[in-house]
Amino acid sequence: MSLLELDQLEKSYGAVSALNGLSLSVPSGCLYGLLGPNGAGKTTALRILATLLAPDRGRVVVAGVDALQEPRTVRQLMGYVAQEVAIDKILTGRELLALQGDLYHLQRQHRNRRIDQLVDRMSMGDWIDRRCGTYSGGMRRRLDLASGLLHQPQLLVLDEPTVGLDIESRAVIWEVLRDLRDQGTTILLSSHYLEEVEALADRMAIIDAGQVIAEGAPEALKQQLGGDRVTLRVREFSDQPEAERVRQLLEVVDGVRRIVINRAQGYSLNLVVDGEHVLATLKQRLAVENLDVFSLSQSRPSLDDVYLQATGRTLMDAELAVAGQRDPKQERRQSMR
Amino acid sequence: MTSPALSTSSSSSDNGSAIAELLQETFALTRRLFLQLQRRPSTLVAGVLQPLIWLVLFGALFSRAPEGLLPGGMSYGRFLGAGVIVFTAFSAALNAGLPVMFDREFGFLNRLLVAPLRSRSSIVLASVIYITTLSLVQSLAIMLTASLLGYGWPGAAGLLLVMVTLLLLGFAVTALSLGLAFALPGHIELIAVIFVANLPLLFASTALAPLSFMPPWLGWLAALNPLTFAIEPIRAAYAGPLDLSSVLLEAPYGSVTGTTCLLVLSLLTAALFLLIRPLLNRKLA
Repeated sequence: MSLLELDQLEKSYGAVSALNGLSLSVPSGCLYGLLGPNGAGKTTALRILATLLAPDRGRVVVAGVDALQEPRTVRQLMGYVAQEVAIDKILTGRELLALQGDLYHLQRQHRNRRIDQLVDRMSMGDWIDRRCGTYSGGMRRRLDLASGLLHQPQLLVLDEPTVGLDIESRAVIWEVLRDLRDQGTTILLSSHYLEEVEALADRMAIIDAGQVIAEGAPEALKQQLGGDRVTLRVREFSDQPEAERVRQLLEVVDGVRRIVINRAQGYSLNLVVDGEHVLATLKQRLAVENLDVFSLSQSRPSLDDVYLQATGRTLMDAELAVAGQRDPKQERRQSMR
Repeated sequence: MTSPALSTSSSSSDNGSAIAELLQETFALTRRLFLQLQRRPSTLVAGVLQPLIWLVLFGALFSRAPEGLLPGGMSYGRFLGAGVIVFTAFSAALNAGLPVMFDREFGFLNRLLVAPLRSRSSIVLASVIYITTLSLVQSLAIMLTASLLGYGWPGAAGLLLVMVTLLLLGFAVTALSLGLAFALPGHIELIAVIFVANLPLLFASTALAPLSFMPPWLGWLAALNPLTFAIEPIRAAYAGPLDLSSVLLEAPYGSVTGTTCLLVLSLLTAALFLLIRPLLNRKLA
């Protein structure tokens, strides 16, 4: 049974459309990853889900409740941890949590007990009574996760929970998320880190240009893709003509599906092959032509390959493509009331 | 960590009444503002210091004004006292929108809006409670200092009138400032508006000089300025026994009594709250 349904969400900011009919279904008790490059529409989708933003079209249903018609009920069901942590620097972490507890109308005793539990669970004891202004990024993130969990929501929504974090804070957050999932909380998190989605998510959706373009369990997505990935170098630094020649030579080998020349890595060749057995044939073929093998490595398809297959570009390229186009000022205005 | 209950949070809304929830959230939001003030008291101190400097310097500047120049043979310091008290409350209330604007800009408001608040008016209400308390405390500090300087002290009934008048003006100006905090794009613009509005409104009122001193055009402005409607009752409260039906101001358009002053301030407050309501509803929807 799905706890969360996003149905055909559309949203534009002026002429720029952020969501183009995004649909998503998150099963109950699932840790669900939303993978996509910056600017794909992840944050917009989550802000709509958090009732901070109204979609132009579409429906949001959480635990059978329509978020657009009964936003207050949905807010009560959900914990939302935004990407940019808004924090009151003058308050201590504990005071901020207490404020949060009062906004969710927890009874005082229960509230304080929950705060103690979370402080303990996230190892915040050493600094929770210091002012938030003195916290590092990792501390703030942990505090923010704690404030999202204070009222024990059924659904926890996190926007890029570990972006720019130190390893220790990231480990703490991952562990807490896994525990929560094991205890039955449904979690939806967005990320542009492949390894984060790979390490955490039971199911995932790849988002590009405001749409879901692939959906499923990470393992299943990789298996569907099929084939092995091979990286081949005939010399440490080859050149274009040589790479072209090798490509033409190997393209015709039985079991080779596709060959791409990777200029950025000294004209190495990236191959997609049907299985391990093809490697022997490749080596034979090269030996016949008197070509050496400087290096040959083979791997199972990764999520990056899934992304590449779905969008026609690597996640890294997609990030680079939008890197120069973002306007932080514009984005802040959009998030301001 | 306890296991997250699947049947929503265990001890929240269901049994608590709406009013209790409203009080809880309003109290928590107000508490935050007072904690900020306690740890960063410069707003409070500056809010008292500035009018105090006005009182001392301006009072000294005109201390040798000829006897009988002011109505009722009042000394200039006494005359100025009412103006500075109102100016104090007015300045404090004018700044009401600043914390809200910062919350908008830094995204803290979004944190509040994600929470299942019983009513989002609690956000506005907390600001009103905070700024009203702050401005009354500052005004009282000024009144005490003025009395130490020998500028008098209103009686019990007079004090009540002073408080009521300051409250009415404070509400009106707070409403205006909160409206601006949601209408303007950022704190730079808000500070600019506050800066531009502050002093001219003071000069174009009866805070520093009586209406009879002013050229007709300025007299008209001052007689329409809401600050004047707050200053005159307070001046009267300081001057002697309270009589709200007595004429406090000979305005170009007619005589203004104490009752009229309070009525005008009440209407202004009501009008401003009605005016900003659609804006707040839209921004907090």
